[in-house]
Amino acid sequence: MRLEDRDVDERRLREVALTADEYRVIVEALKRPPNDLELGMLGVLWSEHCSYKTSKALLRRLPTSGPAVLQGPGENAGAVSLGNGWAVVFKIESHNHPSAIEPYQGAATGVGGILRDVIAMGARPIALLDSLRFGPLPESRHHFEGVVAGIGGYGNCIGVPTVGGEVYFEDCYAQNPLVNAMCVGLVRANDLMRARAEGTGNKLLLVGADTGRDGIHGAAFASLELDEDSSQRRPAVQVGNPFLEKCLLEACMDLSLTDAVVAIQDLGAAGLTSSVAECAGRVLGAGARIDVSRVPRRERGMTPYDVMLSESQERMLVVVRRGREADIERIFETWDLTSAVIGEVTDDGHLTVMDHMEQVARLPVQLLTEGAPLRRLIGLPPEPAPALDLDAMPPPADIGSVLLRMLGSPNLCSRRPIIRRYDHMVGDATVIPPGGDAAMLRVKGTKVGIAMTTSCNSRYCHLDANLGAQLAVAEAARNIIATGAQPLAITDCLNLANPDRPEVYWQLEETVSGLAQACRSLDLPIVSGNVSLYNESAGGAAIYPTPVIGMVGQIDDYDRRLQAGFKHEGDFVLLIGSSHNDLGGSEYLKVEHGMVAGRPPELDLARERAVGKLILTAAGAGFIKTAHDCSDGGLLVALAECCLLGGIGMRGPALNPEPPLRLDAAFFGESPSRFIVSAPSRATPELQSLARRHHVEIALLGMTGGDALELEGQLKLTLQEMRDAWEGGLGGPA
Amino acid sequence: MKFGVVVFPGTWSDRDCGWVVDQVLGAHLQYLWHKDADLKGCDCIILPGGFAYGDYLRTGAIARFAPVMESIGEFADRGGLVWGICNGFQILCESGLLPGALIRNSSLEYRCEWTNLVVERTDLPFTSQCDEREVLRVPISHGEGSYFADPATLSRLEQNGQVVFRYCDVEGRVRPNANPNGSLHNIAGIVNSRGNVLGMMPHPERCAEAELGGTDGLKLFRSVMHSAAEILTA
Repeated sequence: MRLEDRDVDERRLREVALTADEYRVIVEALKRPPNDLELGMLGVLWSEHCSYKTSKALLRRLPTSGPAVLQGPGENAGAVSLGNGWAVVFKIESHNHPSAIEPYQGAATGVGGILRDVIAMGARPIALLDSLRFGPLPESRHHFEGVVAGIGGYGNCIGVPTVGGEVYFEDCYAQNPLVNAMCVGLVRANDLMRARAEGTGNKLLLVGADTGRDGIHGAAFASLELDEDSSQRRPAVQVGNPFLEKCLLEACMDLSLTDAVVAIQDLGAAGLTSSVAECAGRVLGAGARIDVSRVPRRERGMTPYDVMLSESQERMLVVVRRGREADIERIFETWDLTSAVIGEVTDDGHLTVMDHMEQVARLPVQLLTEGAPLRRLIGLPPEPAPALDLDAMPPPADIGSVLLRMLGSPNLCSRRPIIRRYDHMVGDATVIPPGGDAAMLRVKGTKVGIAMTTSCNSRYCHLDANLGAQLAVAEAARNIIATGAQPLAITDCLNLANPDRPEVYWQLEETVSGLAQACRSLDLPIVSGNVSLYNESAGGAAIYPTPVIGMVGQIDDYDRRLQAGFKHEGDFVLLIGSSHNDLGGSEYLKVEHGMVAGRPPELDLARERAVGKLILTAAGAGFIKTAHDCSDGGLLVALAECCLLGGIGMRGPALNPEPPLRLDAAFFGESPSRFIVSAPSRATPELQSLARRHHVEIALLGMTGGDALELEGQLKLTLQEMRDAWEGGLGGPA
Repeated sequence: MKFGVVVFPGTWSDRDCGWVVDQVLGAHLQYLWHKDADLKGCDCIILPGGFAYGDYLRTGAIARFAPVMESIGEFADRGGLVWGICNGFQILCESGLLPGALIRNSSLEYRCEWTNLVVERTDLPFTSQCDEREVLRVPISHGEGSYFADPATLSRLEQNGQVVFRYCDVEGRVRPNANPNGSLHNIAGIVNSRGNVLGMMPHPERCAEAELGGTDGLKLFRSVMHSAAEILTA
C-alpha cells in the first residue's frame, strides 16, 4: 500500500500523533483504511503514553517478580502480599504536562487518576505520596503553589492522607515541572481484583461522571514536547471533582463485597477507548461491543469520536456478571451515582463501537493494545559532565555558616509549609508522619506497619544516568530501612526528555540498566510504574533524567518502628557506613560553589545490602533508638535534622577525617550506604560488635543532649539558629 | 451507651470516629446514613469530619437539609447529646443548632497540624473527665475553621461560658500565635446554652491512641461514656 492511496492527509495524522509508517501498519492489519473514529482511537492507544512503544523493549529488563508479588506490571496497579492475609497495592504515575499548563487541576487530576488505579484493584486507598520538581523559587512559585494546592484540594477532600513525597528545585524543571503521584492501598489478598473482561455476555457498566468533551487527545498531548501552543491545550487538561470520586470510591468498595463484579477498570488517559480495549486485551480472544448512544453525556451534540476519546475524570468501567446489573445499579443509586450499561463482553477479539444501530468502528483489540510498532531508537552518550577538580576547591571557611546556608537551601529545608497543607492523619493509621525518612501506616487490627517513600536525586542521574538510577533505588531502600521496615517492592516513574534525541534515548537505556542492576542486587521487584517522555520545552531545555522510585516496606510490629529525631538525652550518636570524597553532584557543591559537576557518589550495592541488614538487625534487637539516612546534604545536615526533628541537641569532639578523606567531604559529602543512629550507652558495645560482624564501619560522633549541635572547636549552632534557617527555606507559605 | 456516627457521602472521619468508639472505647457503634431519618436509639450523635456533599458551595450549606439533620435537630431539642467535629461543627452552625459560622482560615490555606486546646468547661458531658483548664493536644485539619460571630453573639457566648475549647500555647496561655486559623477569641469549640450540643474544629478521634501521637482525644470520648453511665445510674 502506498501512502498516496490512503484518504488521510498528513495534517490529520499529526493531529492523532501517528506517523505515516504507523498508518501503513494499520492499513495492512485492517486490510482497509481506518475511518476517522478508528484513526482517533488508534492514535490515542498508540501514543507513547498508552503504548510505551519507545520504552517497552527496555522495560523488559526490569525484575518484576518475587515470592511476595501478587500482581506485577500490566494491571492498574501492582500488589504485594504482607503475609498476613493482606496485600498492599500501589502505583506511581506522572501528570507532568497537565501540571505545566494548569498546575492546580493538573496536579489534582493526577491524584484522582492514581487513586482510581488502586481502587480498580479492589483496594481501599490508604495513602498518597507526591514527588515534585520545579524550577527555582521565586520564579517557579506559580507552578509550586498551584500544584501543592491542587494535591491538597483533591486529597483533603476525598479523605486519603497525603503522607510523603519529595520536592526539588532545579533550573531544568522551570518550563517542565514534574508531578508524580503515588497511591498505596490495602485489600485482603483473596479479594484482589484484576481488570480482565472475562465471560462472554457479561455487561459493561460505565459509572461516575457524565462524559464531556474535556481532555480529548490528552494522552497524545502527554506524548509531545511542550511548546508555545501548549497553553492553548488547556482544554486537554481535565477538571477534578474529588467529591464525586469519594462516592465512586465508596461504591467500588461496596461492589467488591458482592460476587456480581468481574472487573473494575479506571478510565484514565484515552478514556473509554483504552479502558475497554485494555480490559478486553488482558483476556485472550475477548472483545467488546459498546453503544456510545448509551453513554451519559454532559452536553448535547457530542459525536461518537468525542465520547470514545473524552478524558472526563471520575469514571469507572465495571464488568458485571450477566443478570446481576440490578444489584450493582442499586449500589450506585445508594451513592447517587449515574451508571449505564453501555455494552457487553464478546468473544470475537474485536472492539466494536455502535451508535444506536449503526456500527461506527470495529478494530481488533490486540491491534489497539499491542499493535503499535515498537520504536527502535539509537542512543549515544551525551557530552560528559564537567569534571570536578577537588584540589582546586578551597576548604569551607566557616562550617557553621555553610551548614546554615545548606539547611536553608530549598532542596534540603523543612517541608513543614507543604506538609501542613495536606491532611496526613485521616484514617487513624499514620504512625510515622511525613517529614522523616519514610512515612508509616499501620494495618488497623494488626501490628503490621507499611513504610512508604519516594526518592530520586536527579542531579546524580544527570551526571551519570546509570549510577543515578542505582542511587535512587538505594536511597529509597535506606529511607524504608531507617524506619525499621524491610523494603518490599518498587513502583517507578521514569521521567525523561525527548527520546528521539540520541542522548536522551541513551539516558533512558542507562536508567533502565541502573534500575535493573540495583533492583536485582537488593532483591526488589518493580511491580508497577509509568514512563513519561518528552519532558522538555521548545526552548530546548530538557529535564534531567528523573527516575522516581516509590517504595513500600513492611515491619511486623510497628511498636518497634524507628524515626529520625533524637529521642532521649545521653544517648550515643553513631555514624554507620563509610565516607569518601563524594562531593560530585552534591548540594554543597551547588549551594557553596554554584556547580553541578563531577561524578555522583560511588555505590557498592553489596555494601548497601550489608549496611541495611545491620540496621534492621540492630533495630530488631533493640540496640538503636533512632535512625536517619545520611545522604542529601551530607553528615552535618543529617545530624542537624536528627536534632531538629527530635528537639534535642548533640555534642561531640571535633571531627578530624583521616586522609585522603577531605574535611568538606566528611561534613558535606553525600556518600551513600550510611545511617546516623542513636543508641543507649549500654547497647553501644553490642552495636559496635554487630557492625564488625557485618564488616560495616561504625564511628562514635558524640552524645545527645543540650540545645545545640556542637563539635568541639569546629561547630556550634543552637537548635533555634538551625530551626530558623531550616524552617524558612521555602520563603514563607508554599 | 450507643454512639451514632452520621455518614454523608463525603464524610471521611466516620470510620475514624467509629474505630475509636468501637475498638478503643469499646462502646456500641451505629452508623447513621444521611438519607435515613431514624436515629436508631443512639445516646450520642457524632457528626464527623469530611466534605459532606463536597462543600463546593459552602461548608455544611447543603448538609443541613439532609433527612438525618431534621431528626438530629429534634433529638437536640429533647436534650440528646450531639457532637460535631470539624465538618460536623460547620454543619451544626449552618443548621442553627450552634451560633456563628466557620469561615476560611486567615492563612487562606488548609491546615493539618497539632494544636493545644485549653478546656474552659469541665461540667459538660463532653469534658467531665478533663481537669479544670487542662491543656489538650489535638490535631486540626481544615481549610475553613476560623470561628466567626457578630459582636453581640460573641459576647453572649462569653458571658454564658459557652466557649469550651480555645487554641493556646503549651502552657495554656491563649495567645494570637497559638491560633492556627484566625478564629475570633481563639475559639476552637463551643456548646449551646443548654450544654448538650458541642461543636469543635479539632479532631479528638485522631488522638485516642499513643501510636498516633497522643491520647488526649480519648478523654472526650470517655467523658461522654461516663456521663451516660451517670445518667443511667441516677
